[in-house]
Amino acid sequence: MIRFFNVTKEYARGGVALKDITFRVAKGEFVFLTGPSGSGKSTLLKLIYLAEMPTDGEVQVSGLNSRELRKGDVARLRRKLGIVFQDFRLLEDRTAEANVSFALEVTGAPRATIQPKVSRLLTQVGLASKSHSYPRELSGGEQQRVAIARALVNDPLVLIADEPTGNLDERATRGVYQLLREINASGTAVVMATHNLELIRRADYRTIELDHGRVVYDSADTSLPRREAR
Amino acid sequence: MLALREMLIAFRRTPLLSTLSITTIAFSLFAFGLFGLVALNIRTAIAGVEERVEIRAFVTEAAAPEGVAAAMGDIAAFPEVATVTYVTPEQALEKARRELGEFEDVFEEGILPGSIEVRLKPGSRDPGTVRAVADRIESYDFVDDVRFGEEWVAKLYRVRTVASVVGLALGGAFALVAIIIIGATIRMAVLARSREISIMRLVGATDGFIRLPFLLEGLVKGILGGLAALLLTWLASSLVDTYFIDTVFFDSSLALLGIAAGALIGLLGSAVSVGRHLRRV
Repeated sequence: MIRFFNVTKEYARGGVALKDITFRVAKGEFVFLTGPSGSGKSTLLKLIYLAEMPTDGEVQVSGLNSRELRKGDVARLRRKLGIVFQDFRLLEDRTAEANVSFALEVTGAPRATIQPKVSRLLTQVGLASKSHSYPRELSGGEQQRVAIARALVNDPLVLIADEPTGNLDERATRGVYQLLREINASGTAVVMATHNLELIRRADYRTIELDHGRVVYDSADTSLPRREAR
Repeated sequence: MLALREMLIAFRRTPLLSTLSITTIAFSLFAFGLFGLVALNIRTAIAGVEERVEIRAFVTEAAAPEGVAAAMGDIAAFPEVATVTYVTPEQALEKARRELGEFEDVFEEGILPGSIEVRLKPGSRDPGTVRAVADRIESYDFVDDVRFGEEWVAKLYRVRTVASVVGLALGGAFALVAIIIIGATIRMAVLARSREISIMRLVGATDGFIRLPFLLEGLVKGILGGLAALLLTWLASSLVDTYFIDTVFFDSSLALLGIAAGALIGLLGSAVSVGRHLRRV
């Protein structure tokens, strides 16, 4: 579903961010992406949702090829992906409910289907009672739940999460992580970049480690030197 | 419908910025409108003076009335000619006595010749045309002399040409300044919402979808700004009219054109700003 073929990403000023990356993520998989700051995790995620294009190599996501993109392809791809960030990226002047329904309206979903779906999703992430709250009235964990609900509106094939727990305390981290596991259990693939080694150690999900723009460890790849996830 | 709602949300969320950009558009167009008003009034004044351009052909005493009448028919058929009237020696005398009252005694019966007074159509009052028509009239045997204030016509046309050139240059500059200022305010409005734009993109909104509320916003701001500018210009015009000199105001089609210009500038300014922004993010 996600395939990287010898992907290299260079920035005009920043140098090489990713070098010769090849991997694939299967349907329904849960993958941790880890590595020190600046190792290329965010760039790799951006390449998945095509906010960046590879300098060399090829990215395939849900049948779309980075070499053969047409106008509107990226927008259509984003509707099959859910994206969550460390800083939540909610619209501050809209309620939790409006933030979620906004993502559906943007894609031209029929009005009648929006309200029930938004209610169901907010219930799923445990925020049914706060649907009319504004982001500033919510805790970090709650805001991230709203962002996750928003990411799920289009029933994505993959949920991409860039340090989703980076701004959260331990309790909220556990809650958000548990929610991501539940989402994965229902069939959605999850690619989660994180620094939180505790989470990685406790679960036995596939882990890809980046360093200086290269894959230095992939628990699913036997050709790479095996080592204990740090 | 959704775009309309998004636009209203944007107005509500940033009332200060929205008001500011409408005011900016209004004052930019107001400056342009004032200039347009001055240009219009100069033009109207010149047109009024131009109407007085006439050719007067003095007829010899020996001329046969039938010949003169036939020639007048010919002259009236010239494409440049608007009206042809015959002024008898008596009428000329009466007019001279009336206009130059203090010399009343000087004018004796029969001192003034009869004349043909020719007025030209608008657009045929430039020195070249006037001279050509005058030459043709002079070629009739019974015409003694032709007068049309050659120097005066030439001067009038120089003034007119200078006024047009200066008008075009200044008008262009004013319009350019208005477009730049309006473009900058709209750019501010777009930047103020860049976060929202990036979120819209993340959830899969197409560029067209993102653009639409901004275009609507630009259009509405342009129309509102245009209306405000029209009101300001009208107030200014009324003040000048009341306290200084008679002025002409834009007719309804020019006024509509002004509002349409505001709408167009708002729309184009938004399209350019959003387009640039979307290409960059």
